Amino acid sequence: MNQLHFPIISLVTFFPIFGVLILLMIDKENEDVLRGTALAFTVIEFFLSLPLLIYFNDGTAGMQFVEHFPWIRSMGITYHLGIDGISLWIVMLTTFLTPICVLCSWSYIQKHVKEYMICMLLLETAMLGALVALDLILFYVFWELMLIPMYLLIGVWGGPQRVYAAVKFFIYTAAGSVFMLLSILFLYYYNHKVTGVYTFDILELYKLNVPISVQFWLCLAFFVSFAIKVPMFPLHTWLPDAHVQAPTAGSVILAGVLLKMGTYGFLRFAMPLFPYATHQYMPVIATLSVIGIIYGALVAMVQPDMKKLVAYSSVSHLGYVMLGLFALNMQGIEGGIYQMLNHGISTGALFLIVGMIYERRHTRMIKDFGGIAKVMPVFATFFMIATLSSVAVPGTNGFVGEFMILVGAFRAYPVFAVFAASGAIFGAVYMLWMYQRVMFCPLDKPENEKLKDLNVREIITLLPLAVLVFVMGFFPGMFLRKMDASVSHFIKDFNSRYEMYAQQRQQSLGEKIAAVTATPAAGSSAVVE
Amino acid sequence: MEMLEFVVPALNVKAILPQLILSLTALTVLLVDVFADREAGKTSAANGLIAVVGVVAALFSALLTIGMRESAYSGMVLADGFSSFISVIICVVALLTVLSSINYQRSCPALDSGEYYCLLLFAAVGMMFMGAAGNLLLLFLALETMSISIYVLAGFRSTDAKSIESALKYFLLGAFASGFLLFGFALLYGATGTMDVVKIGAFLTAHPEVIHSRLLLGGVALMTVGFGFKMAMFPFHMWTPDVYEGAPTVVTGFMATGVKAAAFAAFMRVFFIALGHLQVDWTAIMWLAAFLTMTIGNVVALSQTNIKRMLAYSSIAHAGYLLVGFVAGTKMGQAAILFYLLSYAFTNLGAFGVIALLAKKDGGEYTELKDFAGLGFKYPGMGLAMAVFMFSMAGIPPASGFMGKFYLFSSAIKSGFVWLAIFGVINSVISLYYYLRVTVVMYFQEAEEEVVMPKASPAIVVGLVLAALGVLQMGILPSYLWDLAQFSIKTMIM
Repeated sequence: MNQLHFPIISLVTFFPIFGVLILLMIDKENEDVLRGTALAFTVIEFFLSLPLLIYFNDGTAGMQFVEHFPWIRSMGITYHLGIDGISLWIVMLTTFLTPICVLCSWSYIQKHVKEYMICMLLLETAMLGALVALDLILFYVFWELMLIPMYLLIGVWGGPQRVYAAVKFFIYTAAGSVFMLLSILFLYYYNHKVTGVYTFDILELYKLNVPISVQFWLCLAFFVSFAIKVPMFPLHTWLPDAHVQAPTAGSVILAGVLLKMGTYGFLRFAMPLFPYATHQYMPVIATLSVIGIIYGALVAMVQPDMKKLVAYSSVSHLGYVMLGLFALNMQGIEGGIYQMLNHGISTGALFLIVGMIYERRHTRMIKDFGGIAKVMPVFATFFMIATLSSVAVPGTNGFVGEFMILVGAFRAYPVFAVFAASGAIFGAVYMLWMYQRVMFCPLDKPENEKLKDLNVREIITLLPLAVLVFVMGFFPGMFLRKMDASVSHFIKDFNSRYEMYAQQRQQSLGEKIAAVTATPAAGSSAVVE
Repeated sequence: MEMLEFVVPALNVKAILPQLILSLTALTVLLVDVFADREAGKTSAANGLIAVVGVVAALFSALLTIGMRESAYSGMVLADGFSSFISVIICVVALLTVLSSINYQRSCPALDSGEYYCLLLFAAVGMMFMGAAGNLLLLFLALETMSISIYVLAGFRSTDAKSIESALKYFLLGAFASGFLLFGFALLYGATGTMDVVKIGAFLTAHPEVIHSRLLLGGVALMTVGFGFKMAMFPFHMWTPDVYEGAPTVVTGFMATGVKAAAFAAFMRVFFIALGHLQVDWTAIMWLAAFLTMTIGNVVALSQTNIKRMLAYSSIAHAGYLLVGFVAGTKMGQAAILFYLLSYAFTNLGAFGVIALLAKKDGGEYTELKDFAGLGFKYPGMGLAMAVFMFSMAGIPPASGFMGKFYLFSSAIKSGFVWLAIFGVINSVISLYYYLRVTVVMYFQEAEEEVVMPKASPAIVVGLVLAALGVLQMGILPSYLWDLAQFSIKTMIM
C-alpha cells in the first residue's frame, strides 16, 4: 500500500472533520473552549502531517503514501491519494498555517465563534483533499468544496462590503471551474475511446495522446479555471475585494494556500496533461505573468489601504510564480514552488500584521499611522522581517525563490526576465515606502501614542513565520532536496511528450503539404485523361 | 351441452403492489378520519402517520420488486425496473410531503383531514401508474388521476385567494394540456392502430413508411405539448410561478418533484419505447427546448424576491437540465434522468420543507427572501439544512445536485452534445447567483423583523434529516443508486 502501511494521507485529510464533530458538541457560549479545541485540533493536525515529511523518500519521483480504492465503480472514479515532491511542501504549508490562523482569530472573531472554527476546519480538509487527490473527480469535489467555507468566512466575518466580495469570489471561481469539469469529462470519454478504459485517474490520463486541435480547447478550460484562482492578470479582480473584506485569518488562508491551488493545478493537471498546448501558450502566460508582476506592483504602490496594498502585492508575487513555472526548467519550476511557500509565509505574515494593527486602531489607512515603531518595537521588528522577506532581500526566503525564478526565466526567455526583474525594484519601493510611512514618520497622531505592543499570543503567532523566513533563506537545500526528483521527472516527462506531439504535428503537416501538392497533379492527370 | 367457459383474469398483484398499498392506505385514511373525534381547534397527526406507514410499505414493496420484468394485464401495466424506480422516487416524494404536511397542518388546519391525505396518496398512485403504463389509455387515466387530485390539493387553503387562483389556473391550463395530450394519443392510434406502447414501437419497426406520416408527426407534436406542460418545459412553463406561489407550500413541493418525475417517466416511456424511431427528428427540437428551458428558468429566477416563485423558476430550469439527458438519449442519459429526479426530489422537498417549517400560526407564510435574514445563526439546524439544499440545487459538491448534473452533462458529452453541456454549465453558474442569495440572506444579513419559527414537530425534523441525508448520500456515495438507475433503464421492457 505505502511505506507506512497506514492510510496516513486520509487521516491527515479528514482529521479536521473529526474536529468539526467535536466542536458541534460544544455549547456555543463556551467561546474559549471552542477556540482552544479548534487550536488543539489544528496543532495535532500539524503533528500528524509531520510523518509525511519525515518518511518522505526524496529519491523517487513517484507518488508516495498512495491510497487507491474504487469510489464510484461504474464510472471508474477512484479514491486515489498520493503525495510527491510537488505537493509535499504545500501540504505542509497548509497544516502549518491553519493553527496560526486559529490563533490570530482569537480576539478578532467575537461573533459566531463556533461556526467560524467549523468553517476553518472544513476549509483545511478541503484544501488538503484538493492537494492530495489524484483522481480528477475527487480533486474537483474538494476543489469546489473549498469555496463554501471560504465564502462563509468572507461573507459572515468580513468587512462592510463582505457580501459583494463573497459572492464575487464564489461565482468567479465556480464559473472558471465548471469549464474545467467539462474538459475533464471530454478527456474521460476520449480516453475511453482510445484505450477502452473508463478512468479519471490522473496518472493514467498523463499517458493519453490528446489530438492537438482538441488539446488547445481542453487546455484553455483548465488554464482559465486555474488562472482565476492564481489569479493571473486580467482575471485578478476578485482578489483585492476578497482580501480586503475577509477577516485576517481568511486573508492568510486565501493568500497562503488557496491561491497556491491555482499554481499547483497548473503543475499537477494542466501542464502535464496538455504538454503541446502548454508549450504553445508559454509566451501568452509569460506575458500575462510579467504584466501581472509590474501591474500588481504599480497598483500596490498607490494604495492608501495597507491590506489592499498587500493584496495587490500578491498579484505581483503570483506573477513571479507563474513566470517560474512556465520557464519549464529546473530552476524555474523549483523556484516557482519555493516562491509559493515564500508567498504563503511572507504575505501570510503581512496580513497577520495588518490585522493586528487593525484590531488596535480599527483603521488600515496608511495616513492614519506614523512613528508606530516608537510605541510598538516588537511589532516593528516582525513587520520589518516580513517586509524584507516580501522584498526578497538576500538572507530571507524571498530572495531564494525570486532569484531562482529569474535564473530560470532568463534561460527560457531573457526579455521577459528583464522586465520581471524590474518588478523586484517596484516591490522594494511599495513595501519599504509603506513601512516608512507607517513606522518611521513622526508620531503625530494622539490616538497612536497609547498603542499597546504585541501580546504573548500574537508573538507566538508571528514567531514561527519569522523563524521560517530565515531558515528558508539560509538553508534552501533542505527544502529543495525533497522536490528535486519529482520536478526533474516532471520536466523530463513534459519534454519527451512535447517532442512526441511536435513530431506528430510535423508529420500531419507533412501529409497535408503532400496532399496539397499531390492534388493538382491528380487533377491535371484527370484532365489529361 | 356446451359449457360456458368463464376465465377469471389472473390478478397479478405483484405487478401493482406499491400502487395497491397506497390506494388501500388512501381509503383507510378516509375511513379512519370519519371516526376520529377531534378537539376543537386542535390538529392530530393520526392521518399523517397512517399515510407514512402506507408510503413506507409501498417504498419497500417497490424496492423489493425492482428486479421484475413482466408485462401484466395484457400489456396495460409494465412492471419493470423503470417503473419500480419511478415508484421509489414517488414514494420518497410522498413520504417527505406527508412528513412536512403533519407540521404544516398547524398553519393550515384544512390539511388535517382525511381528504387531504387521501388525495395526496391517490395523486401518488396516479404518478406511479404513469411510470408503469404500457398503454396510452392507462397513461391518460393515470395522468388524470394525478392531475385532478392535484388541482384540488393546490386549492386546499380555501380561504386564501392566491391558493384558489393557483388551483383554477392549474385546472384550466391543465385541462387544455390534457386535451392536447389526448388528441395526440388519438392521432398516434390513427397512425399505428394500437394504443400499446411496445406494439407501437414494433409497428413502426415493421412499417418504416409510417414514421414520417403527418398523422404520426402531428400526434408527436401534440403529445409534446401535453407532456411539456406537466414537465414545465419551455414554452409551456408559464403557469408554474403562479401555481407554485399560491398552492400550500407542501403541495408546491409535491408538485415540483412528483409531477415532474411522473411526467418525465411517461414522456421517456412513450418517446424512447414507442417512438424510438423518431429520435433523430425530435432530438434537434429537444435540444432547443432544453437550452431555452434552463436559460429562461435561470435568468428569470435571478430577479425573484419571493422564494416560492424563485423555486418555481428554478424548477423550470431543472426541467431544462433533465431534458439534457433526454437529448443525449442513450441508456446513460436516461439513467442520469432517473438519478437526477431522485436527487431533485430530496433537494427540492427539503427546501420546501424548510419554507413550510416557517409557516405562521395564523395561516400566513414567510415567503419573501428577506424574511430569511439572519435565520442561519438563529436556527442553526434549519439554516444548515437549507444551505445544503441550496448548494445541491446549484450543483456544488459534495451534494447530490453535483452528481446528478455530472451524470447528465457527461451523458451529453458522451453523445457528442458538447455545446449543450457547455450551455448547461453556464446555466449552473447563472443559477449559483440566486441560490447563493438565499445563503447570503440567511447568514450574512441581520434579521429585520422578528421572524419566529414555531416549534417544529418531530415529523418534519425526521423529514428534513432524511432529505439532507439523501442529498449527501447521493452526492458522496452515489454508486448504489446510480447502478440501480442504470439497471432500471437496462431492464425496461422494449
